[in-house]
Amino acid sequence: MSTPLHIVVCGSLVPDPLQTLEPVATPQGPGLKNENMLPSVLDPWAACALYEAANLAKQRPGSKVTLVALGPKAKLQQLMMTVAQKVPFELVAVNAPAGGFTDASETAAELAKAISAIPGLDLSSTLLFGGCASASRDQGVTLQFVAERLGIGEFFMAVDELKLADDDTFTVLERVEGGRYLSSTCKGFPAAVGWATGSLPEPPNNPQTGMMNMRGVMPALMKAPVAAVGTGGIAYEKTEVPSAKRATRVVKDMPVDQIAAEIVEWIRQ
Amino acid sequence: MNIKAFSLDSIEGTYSSDVPAFAAAVKASGADLILVPGTSRVKRSMPAAAMRAGAAVDTNAVDVSVEGDKAVVSRWAYRQRILCSFSRAARPWVVVVDPALFPELCAKLGVSPEPLPESGASGETRTHVNGVVSASSGGESTIRPDAKLLFVAGAGWTKKQADGAAHLPEAAGLITGFLAKSGASLGSSKSLVDMPEAAQAFSFMSHMNQVGQTGATPRHPKGLATCCHGEEPHVVGWRFIAERRAVNLDANCGWAQGKTDVLYVADAFEVMKKVNELLA
Repeated sequence: MSTPLHIVVCGSLVPDPLQTLEPVATPQGPGLKNENMLPSVLDPWAACALYEAANLAKQRPGSKVTLVALGPKAKLQQLMMTVAQKVPFELVAVNAPAGGFTDASETAAELAKAISAIPGLDLSSTLLFGGCASASRDQGVTLQFVAERLGIGEFFMAVDELKLADDDTFTVLERVEGGRYLSSTCKGFPAAVGWATGSLPEPPNNPQTGMMNMRGVMPALMKAPVAAVGTGGIAYEKTEVPSAKRATRVVKDMPVDQIAAEIVEWIRQ
Repeated sequence: MNIKAFSLDSIEGTYSSDVPAFAAAVKASGADLILVPGTSRVKRSMPAAAMRAGAAVDTNAVDVSVEGDKAVVSRWAYRQRILCSFSRAARPWVVVVDPALFPELCAKLGVSPEPLPESGASGETRTHVNGVVSASSGGESTIRPDAKLLFVAGAGWTKKQADGAAHLPEAAGLITGFLAKSGASLGSSKSLVDMPEAAQAFSFMSHMNQVGQTGATPRHPKGLATCCHGEEPHVVGWRFIAERRAVNLDANCGWAQGKTDVLYVADAFEVMKKVNELLA
């Protein structure tokens, strides 16, 4: 009989991709203009990791999912109003800055501390999930740092598929160069998995799941420890949005044959 | 400043055996600054290896400049939207460089890459590599990193046309026909790859084709976008495309205005049909 799993998902908030971002200097280092006012979403790849975790937990009776989120408490609370309606999970929150300019090693140290403090965590039945990179810092290093601190020696990057067998072996497909996958099989746990898109759609909002999750979410937010996460050893010299505006030539009312000929000539140049 | 560069061509490797080997290489190099290309294998294992070797590490670097004892690295944050330049006092400093820019940056800094040792420190592994498989269920891969042209397909290909019906098989034929004739690499908007009907009809395409905010940001000399409608977050998908042209029916489309060099306001079905005839 297969053993229940504990899937720990690291994931936090990022500015809504539809927002215009403008860097500004702050006493703590670079930040975003009106950062506290920007609407946030769950980091897209971390969200994929959360949905995959919930799907996997469903396949193994008794399994549970813990979302470990590091971010400003007030914004996490706002984010949970929507995320908590997606899939069942328990929340562990850390109250700390979560922008794109913070140091990954400091973030990882706080995440590892929070994960180690999860009551009853047994690494021998644990999968550590997260996005393959965040949509803020976009370094793709935090999960490896956390795994290293927790002593997890198996890690898979940019995973789109994880198939779990009853004997605790699992096969993963990792994205590699040229639109291909590297297929690997791992025997047992623990292991860390940095998810790419996966294959699951975003679950619809379920108010019942939301109400069930929120019973644990609010206390978790209340007792979220404050952590000092900053720019670490990074000395920023410049942060800018490079001007990318092009003088677009708009071609209207040109016959299709002529457009096609122009495109073909351009391709062949 | 002592600078060293390592290269790694092989794809197959496991984290548990690569991390100790890479960490040993970083330690043994004695370098202050270590450049490595950001291949999938390096990005998987080098961060933990650097940590184990007591080195600082940054990834996705697009520029590195050195003056005396100071190195300045440039990289994008917020998925290609904000460009940052920064330095670190920590040494050694491992800088994982965008693979397309690695040869250029090595030449700029006057270093010749050496092969990154893949063995020398044995690590216990529970992982067995089964091999490399194609991501595309429709035969040949449509992702071609070395192609001169990126062809970006948008959700417009699945919309109802003038006759009130969607023409998915025709759209699939036009796209694959163009890819075969032009040798282009295929990119897709998020809205297209997320559509269940597109997943069925466009079996040559997967989430790996997605470009943009939550997808890839490929580098090709030219890019042709068709039926794409999106704002800035989607346009980051062709941030590193030098010459850009677009075909769509909306002259004010945010994907095109100010982002492309030429915007053809026309029906992409008709245009691509003719383009394919001319390329034949």
